[in-house]
Amino acid sequence: MKFGVVTFPGSNCDQDMIYTLETSLGQQVERLWHKDTDLKGVDFVVLPGGFSYGDYLRSGAIAKYSPIMKEVIAHGQKGGYVMGICNGFQILCESPLLDGALLHNDTQKFICKNVFLRPKSRTAAISKGLEAGKAVKIPIAHGEGRFYAPEDMMKEIYQNDQVLFQYCDEEGNVNDRTNPNGSLDNIAGITNKGKNIFGMMPHPERAADANLGNTDGKLLFDSILNNI
Amino acid sequence: MKFRAEIDVMPKDALLDPQGKAVTQSMGNLGLTEVSDVRIGKHIRLFIEADSKATAEAKADEACKKILANEIMESYSVEVVEA
Repeated sequence: MKFGVVTFPGSNCDQDMIYTLETSLGQQVERLWHKDTDLKGVDFVVLPGGFSYGDYLRSGAIAKYSPIMKEVIAHGQKGGYVMGICNGFQILCESPLLDGALLHNDTQKFICKNVFLRPKSRTAAISKGLEAGKAVKIPIAHGEGRFYAPEDMMKEIYQNDQVLFQYCDEEGNVNDRTNPNGSLDNIAGITNKGKNIFGMMPHPERAADANLGNTDGKLLFDSILNNI
Repeated sequence: MKFRAEIDVMPKDALLDPQGKAVTQSMGNLGLTEVSDVRIGKHIRLFIEADSKATAEAKADEACKKILANEIMESYSVEVVEA
């Protein structure tokens, strides 16, 4: 599979993502620039974390009008794979390939720490390869990660098994105490109806190399590679 | 003709506004105990070249819908006047 990692002005996790895909997972990676107007034949587009356009106006709001996003949206809408991590997730919600929005953390603080995630969707490629009910440890680093969607949208999200991950404790318990940012129902990541677009605030690419002391993030990438 | 649009973008009433909440609390600390329910949004001013006020309003509304506000979490209001 050929991956493409997009760099926007202000992206800062693009190199980590390229390293993970290329070096840790041995995949072919195309570097895509936000001004590019074609996807260079990639099968799987990744929008990395960072602060595209300085987070001006709202996180991800300006990036959605970058020239490459026209192609990314078309790719996603015809069933192609797209994944957004952190700022990439915010861009996908703005675009709007994914439902909902990401608001300022309820603590009003930027949070940078390891959290535990409970995989939920058993039908999405990124989570179905993980052991059901078993928490994975992945870091978060964001100021605007409080997932919110109106009630009718939430109903559809649950009906279609679109919740990928929920913030939990080490044992996999999901409750208010394990919610770092005030996200609705502890939601850390969602997918679309077609299960070809993934968005999550935590950074699996920062936890996919033994030298970093945590390889739980690799489980997510392995799940993707084994299930699509 | 040139028009000026004054746009207010506010977090939706149903949503927690942590910034507003923090400022509300500081009001109490300042002794301004009469102040409550602070909510913080954005004010955006822009200029539009258009044939009529109605066209300028439509353009300002389009700008709000497409980029200036995210209607999942924000509401907006627009006031257009001749510049």
